[in-house]
Amino acid sequence: MALFDLRLQEVHNQLKKKELSVADLVDASYSRIAATDDSIKAFLTLNEEGARAAAADLDKALAEDGEQGLLFGLPAGIKDNIVTEGLLTTCASQFLRNYDPIYDATVTKKLKAAQSVTIGKLNMDEFAMGGSNENSSFYPTRNPWNTDYVPGGSSGGSAASVAAGQVYFALGSDTGGSIRQPAAYCGIVGLKPTYGLVSRFGLVAFASSLDQIGPLTKNVEDSAYVLQSIAGYDPNDSTSANVEIPDYVSALTGDVKGLRIGVPKEYLGQGIDPKVKEAVLAALKQFESLGATWEEVSLPHTEYAVATYYLLASSEASSNLARFDGVRYGVRADNPDNLLDLYRKSRSQGFGPEVKRRIMLGTYALSSGYYDAYYLKAQKVRTLIKQDFDNVFQNFDLIIGPTAPTTAFPIGEQVGDPLTMYLNDICTIPVSLAGVPAISVPCGFADGLPVGLQIIGKAFDERTVLRAAHAYEQHTEHHKQRPRL
Amino acid sequence: MSITRTDVEHVANLARLELSEQEKEQFEGQLNAILKYAEKLNELQTDDVEPTTHVLPVYNVMRDDAIRESVSNETALRNAPEDEDGQFKVPAVLE
Amino acid sequence: MFEPNKYETVVGLEVHVELHTKSKIFCGCSTSFGAPPNSHTCPVCLGHPGVLPVLNRQALEFAMKAAMALNCQIADVSKFDRKNYFYPDSPKAYQISQFDKPVGEHGWIDIEVNGRTKRIGITRLHLEEDAGKLTHIDGGFGSLVDFNRVGTPLVEIVSEPDIRSPEEAKAYLEKLKAIMLYCDVSDVKMEEGSLRCDANISIRPYDQEQFGTRAELKNMNSFRGVQRGLEYEEMRQADILDSGGKVVQETRRWDETQGKTFTMRSKEEAHDYRYFPDPDLVQIHIDDEWKARVRASIPELPDARKARYTAEFGLPSYDAEVITASKKLADFFEESLQYTKDAKSVSNWIMGDLLGYLNAGGLELEDIKLTGQGLGEMIGLMEKGTISSKIAKTVFKEMLETGKRPQQIVEEQGLVQISDEGAIAEVVDRIVSANPQSVEDFKAGKEKAIGFLVGQVMKETKGKANPALVNKLLLARLNQ
Repeated sequence: MALFDLRLQEVHNQLKKKELSVADLVDASYSRIAATDDSIKAFLTLNEEGARAAAADLDKALAEDGEQGLLFGLPAGIKDNIVTEGLLTTCASQFLRNYDPIYDATVTKKLKAAQSVTIGKLNMDEFAMGGSNENSSFYPTRNPWNTDYVPGGSSGGSAASVAAGQVYFALGSDTGGSIRQPAAYCGIVGLKPTYGLVSRFGLVAFASSLDQIGPLTKNVEDSAYVLQSIAGYDPNDSTSANVEIPDYVSALTGDVKGLRIGVPKEYLGQGIDPKVKEAVLAALKQFESLGATWEEVSLPHTEYAVATYYLLASSEASSNLARFDGVRYGVRADNPDNLLDLYRKSRSQGFGPEVKRRIMLGTYALSSGYYDAYYLKAQKVRTLIKQDFDNVFQNFDLIIGPTAPTTAFPIGEQVGDPLTMYLNDICTIPVSLAGVPAISVPCGFADGLPVGLQIIGKAFDERTVLRAAHAYEQHTEHHKQRPRL
Repeated sequence: MSITRTDVEHVANLARLELSEQEKEQFEGQLNAILKYAEKLNELQTDDVEPTTHVLPVYNVMRDDAIRESVSNETALRNAPEDEDGQFKVPAVLE
Repeated sequence: MFEPNKYETVVGLEVHVELHTKSKIFCGCSTSFGAPPNSHTCPVCLGHPGVLPVLNRQALEFAMKAAMALNCQIADVSKFDRKNYFYPDSPKAYQISQFDKPVGEHGWIDIEVNGRTKRIGITRLHLEEDAGKLTHIDGGFGSLVDFNRVGTPLVEIVSEPDIRSPEEAKAYLEKLKAIMLYCDVSDVKMEEGSLRCDANISIRPYDQEQFGTRAELKNMNSFRGVQRGLEYEEMRQADILDSGGKVVQETRRWDETQGKTFTMRSKEEAHDYRYFPDPDLVQIHIDDEWKARVRASIPELPDARKARYTAEFGLPSYDAEVITASKKLADFFEESLQYTKDAKSVSNWIMGDLLGYLNAGGLELEDIKLTGQGLGEMIGLMEKGTISSKIAKTVFKEMLETGKRPQQIVEEQGLVQISDEGAIAEVVDRIVSANPQSVEDFKAGKEKAIGFLVGQVMKETKGKANPALVNKLLLARLNQ
């Protein structure tokens, strides 16, 4: 465990000095998984053979003094909706339980180029739909801080695995908060980059206009390194931004003097746990003491964000998930009477209740006669929500608030009440709709469970987001806390 | 607007889902609750608001007309639940 | 019985044309026809989880070009939408198509039927991806899917309901095909499926203003099939109306062998395609500069060429229509004219001997070796008197088969026309001496007898004697 607490540069130094080998790192990862994953259930598929072979190759390269990638030798976990050639990619769905990908996602290729080692595929809410990991069709992942509690979701496996010290870092995906919220619940750092910064090619689509891949790490520095490795224009993704990628690590100067921070009153209002609010206010004080200023601002359309999000995301999902029809891959129902029966049975047997619910909602919202009232209306409100952010960012460098209104909740508590579950995402969803970057960093504990601070930046201004998060982190001890397992 | 059982069945058919009676009842209630919540959006006057399809001002993304290598027939069929003669097999399509 | 005086037919056509890009519209797989099943596929066109489309620029520019050639207004902003429906040949269970912002709208083309020109409106032209190919296993044991074709770029061209007869429908398709070939955006081969046509047809009494209930006709595999299918359908609908019945709105399938249409979907399944903008693709902004660049790539189109051929070369309208219907043929015609000034003669050879030969053999111009240059040079040789029109037939046949230049054929086979009066006179003398009976017949007033004698001279000279000289010398000899 201590091994993964070393800073990235320190790990690389020890590797160079032969005090450590990649095989040691991989061993540490699998030992930790063996010791903890029975209770955490973070992994769906392990890549042990592949990882050990990759470690041997990297150790050999190291002996030959080959050029080293930015993430050289680091054990990585990948959320199971990111396609990995030759390694099962199930999206935690029964439908894809046997899906053996025939290609690599762009980020998978980028991780290979950066020379990290893929340890395995991480649990999640089925097709990334959910905020608790209870919608995994295999088993729910548990929060390492208290295994009776959810780790958050949908990247719950990624967050729990990093928090439990099973991997050095993990990749997740965020559609409405699916990186940030589990990072907050598990007391780690989770970054959702600007929409378009990281290629979506090979990310199994949930809501195409919102999905974005990002890192889950123990600290901000690691987050910067991983982002550096996966960001960049991809000609295979038409929605990928053709922008120059800055140096993220060099942004971590520790200096936040003069930064102007807006704090949306809507994020600290009704429904927020007082202890979460307290932690956030304490963090703001910390920023003040570091020379930044903050004042209350308004994002007036926040209350419309959840409805907007569920209409848009479900509509896109209903179409994105139509390809799971049992013809080319995935699970086909036995003995269908005819083609229609094959579709209906395969899909009904393959999808869990939350996925069906969203497909139903999205199909309805797009269906004839309702498109204008629901989908188009939601797209227009999305414009208003985005404008809220544009307005605040005219006068402020960052927006800061809680990542989630509460800490993690007990497993089973909110099942069967989708609307309440959806409202957990009130602070993360508007950010996703606006497409801007945001990071969740640990900012304290409430009743023994971690609280996350959300730092939101302007589009493509990840440097400022990381700089502020890092400066804050350097002056607090929250991120050094580890769950006892 | 509220969703009836018939709507639920129609939508399930469009989405090619086979729902049990219990699921139909559950979805009818839940979808009504969600859509009722979504009616909140009607509080906003949006006649002059442009819809957002993309948050980024990106347009005219195209590739050159160049052939890239295809995958082998074997790879294409690797995940096929059923195949025959190098093709994907499905129940007879009647037309 | 369909009585054209009683009912008016109203037809609108939806034509799909495959664009002949090298690679597919949203991925780099080859679009070539006839490869083994599922050998031109990749994760993108197989619709694997996580894949994304990237638009082929050439496909878009071909669509723009086609739309311009059909006199459409080109969109300033165009976009792609998803058309959602489940079918095994559609791997994503949605087709990427265009809903409310097609590449082109409000176009038209002129067709000519029975010597009259008529303008048919084009509602829209939009770009979309083709589906895969389904084949059915005998005995109903299943169907097989080949995804090679999926993702081939298609344009769908929707006409206004301006077509008033099956004959007009066929003329419209022929004109459309000609324009696509001129623009060089498609092979337009109906038998390979690179042009497909569905038709909406209704009939109404002449005094009725609103359209009758229409049937949608599918599965016509040739232009002739479209015409026959529509002819059958006007008759079927007229029979229903005559007997007091009502035409049902439905999709019907044309059966070529039986020559009849059959109900495919009697009660239209409630199609609800749930179109919405594809979030994986971005908008297309087409500025004037881009439009101008594409427009500049459009060659002279059939109507313009036809007008030029009648005005400049004095070709009959019909001949000009036939020659310009195919760009290759029109190019052939113009190539010939670089070697002779006699456009009418070139046209006559094309309309007669060349098209006769092609039609008899079911051949295309590219299947034969004759070139426009060859034909032009041959006519040049006739103009110079080097060969007779009779010899030209021999030379032409040889050129069709070998592609040799006419001069070479003439030299190799010694086909140069004999215009030497002395040499011909010698033969004439011989023939006259050898055929006293014919000479007597001629002198007795049987003018026909001269024909026999000319034939004998030609035979003796292996057809090479200048026919005018033969006539002249023979007459002189007989009238001595």
